[in-house]
Amino acid sequence: MNLTLRVWRQSSPSDAGRMVTYRVEDVSPDMSFLEMLDVLNERLILEGDDPIAFDHDCREGICGMCGMVINGVAHGEQRATTTCQLHMRHFEDGAEITIEPWRAAPFPVVKDLVVDRSAFDRIIQAGGFVSVPAGSAPDAHSIPVRKEDADSAFDAATCIGCGACVAACPNGSASLFTAAKITHLSLLPQGQPERLTRAKAMVDQMDAEGFGGCTNTGECTAVCPKGIPLDTIAQMNSDYLKANAK
Amino acid sequence: MTWTDQCWIPSVDDVTATIERGAATASVTPPRKAPTRKKPGGFLGSSNGKKAVMAVTGAVMVLFLLGHMLGNLKIFFGRESFNDYAHALRTLLEPLVPYRTLLTLVEIALVASVGLHMWAAISLSRRAGKARPVKYVAKKSQAGGYTTHIMRWGGVTIVLFVIWHLLDLTFGVVNPKGFDAAPADRMIAGFEVSRWWVTLIYVVAVVMVGLHLRHGLWSAFQTLGWAGHGRYRLLRASAALVSAVLVIGFLAPPLAITFGVVK
Repeated sequence: MNLTLRVWRQSSPSDAGRMVTYRVEDVSPDMSFLEMLDVLNERLILEGDDPIAFDHDCREGICGMCGMVINGVAHGEQRATTTCQLHMRHFEDGAEITIEPWRAAPFPVVKDLVVDRSAFDRIIQAGGFVSVPAGSAPDAHSIPVRKEDADSAFDAATCIGCGACVAACPNGSASLFTAAKITHLSLLPQGQPERLTRAKAMVDQMDAEGFGGCTNTGECTAVCPKGIPLDTIAQMNSDYLKANAK
Repeated sequence: MTWTDQCWIPSVDDVTATIERGAATASVTPPRKAPTRKKPGGFLGSSNGKKAVMAVTGAVMVLFLLGHMLGNLKIFFGRESFNDYAHALRTLLEPLVPYRTLLTLVEIALVASVGLHMWAAISLSRRAGKARPVKYVAKKSQAGGYTTHIMRWGGVTIVLFVIWHLLDLTFGVVNPKGFDAAPADRMIAGFEVSRWWVTLIYVVAVVMVGLHLRHGLWSAFQTLGWAGHGRYRLLRASAALVSAVLVIGFLAPPLAITFGVVK
C-alpha cells in the first residue's frame, strides 16, 4: 500500500504548528496504524529528520496511551478500536490520511501528536477513589452486588482514559470520562459512602480544568474504544444534582 | 569488550549504536500548573447546573406549547369558540383573582424561562468555544451532527420567530387587523392567501421548533439523570412523537386558513 499522510507537526508547546505531507510506501495491510507511523519514523530518522512524536504504550488496546484524530475521527473510523488496534487493511491503497492530535484547551499539545492529559489525572484525584482501605479482592460472595449493577459498573470501569471522548465532543467536554469514573464507583457498595461528594468534586474539577459542557450529541460514545454508554452521563448528572440538593 | 576464559562479555558500548538525530522528545516544559480551584461558582456556575436550568426551563416552555397548541385548535370549532377561549384565558379564576391574573403569571414564568434558557445556552456555548481554541483540519461527525447543527442556530431562529409572532398576533403591529380586532379575526386575517409568505415563515419556524424539541426533550431527561437503564430508545421515540404532534397541531390552523378550509 502507498499512502499520503497529512500530519500535524508542532515542535514544542509554544510552536504554532502546521500540517506536513508525507508519502509512505510499501505499507503492509497487516500493519497497525502505529506500526505504519513507526515505518515512516524510521525513514525520517535515517534522513536526519525529526520523527513524528505520538503517545503509545501497550499497543494491545488496553492502556489508553495512544490516540490521534484520523481523518476527522478520534482513533479512526473503525468502531470500538484504539489507534494501536486499527489496522491498515481498513484503508484503501493510495488513500490520503489526515492525522491530528486531540484538540482541547485542557489537553495542550506537547509535541506533534502528543498531548498532555494531566487534566484527567486531576479529575481522578478530585474523587475517583474510595477512601476506605479496600484490601485485596474480597471473596465474591462476601458483599452481594446485583448482577445488573456489577455489569454496569464493569462497563464503566473499562474506560482507559484515552481522551477520545473529549477529542470527538463538539464542546470539548470530558463528561463521558468523568461519568465513567463516577459511575463505576457509584454502582458498587464500596463507593456508596462518598458517592455524592465524589460526583460533586469530580464534576467541579472537570469544570475547573476548562472542559466544555455536555449537549448529549453522542459523539463521545460513538468513538469510545470501550463503547462506554451515555447511561453513565445520566448517572453522573443524577448524582451531581442530588449532591447539590443536599 | 572483554574476554574471560569461557565467554565474551559485551559492554554497553558494543551493543548500542548511537543514531544522530534531532530530539526525539520535546524539551520538557514545566508541568502546567494545576488550575487553582477557583472559589466554586456554585450550582449555577457549573456546567451541569446550567444544563439543569436548560432542562427545567425547557420543560416549562414545552408545557406551555402543549396548552398553546390545544388552544389554537379551537379555531376549527369556529370564530366564536376561539374568541371565547381567548376571553376565558383572561377571566380564568375570576372573581377569586383580578382580570388576567393567571395569564400574567404564565407570561412571567415564560419570560423568565426564555431568559434563563438563553442565558444558560449562551454561557455553555462560550464555554464550549473556549474548550476547543484550535479547530480540527478534518472533523467527521460520528453521531449525525444533528445536535450541533440544529440546537444553537435553531434556537436563534426560534427567538427571531417569536419576536415576529408576538408583533403579529399578540400586539397586532404587523397584523392587517391590528390589536383591537377579535383574536380569531386577527388570526384568520394574518394567514390569508395573500399573506402566504407569513404562513411560510410559520411553517419553517414551527418545523425548527420540532427539530429543536426532538433533541431537547430526551436531552432534558438525560440532564436531570432520569434517562439511562436502556430507556434511550423509548425516550428518543417519545421525544420524536411529541415533537411531531406539536408541529402538526401548530401548523394545522395556519395551513387550514391559507388554503381556505377555515374562513
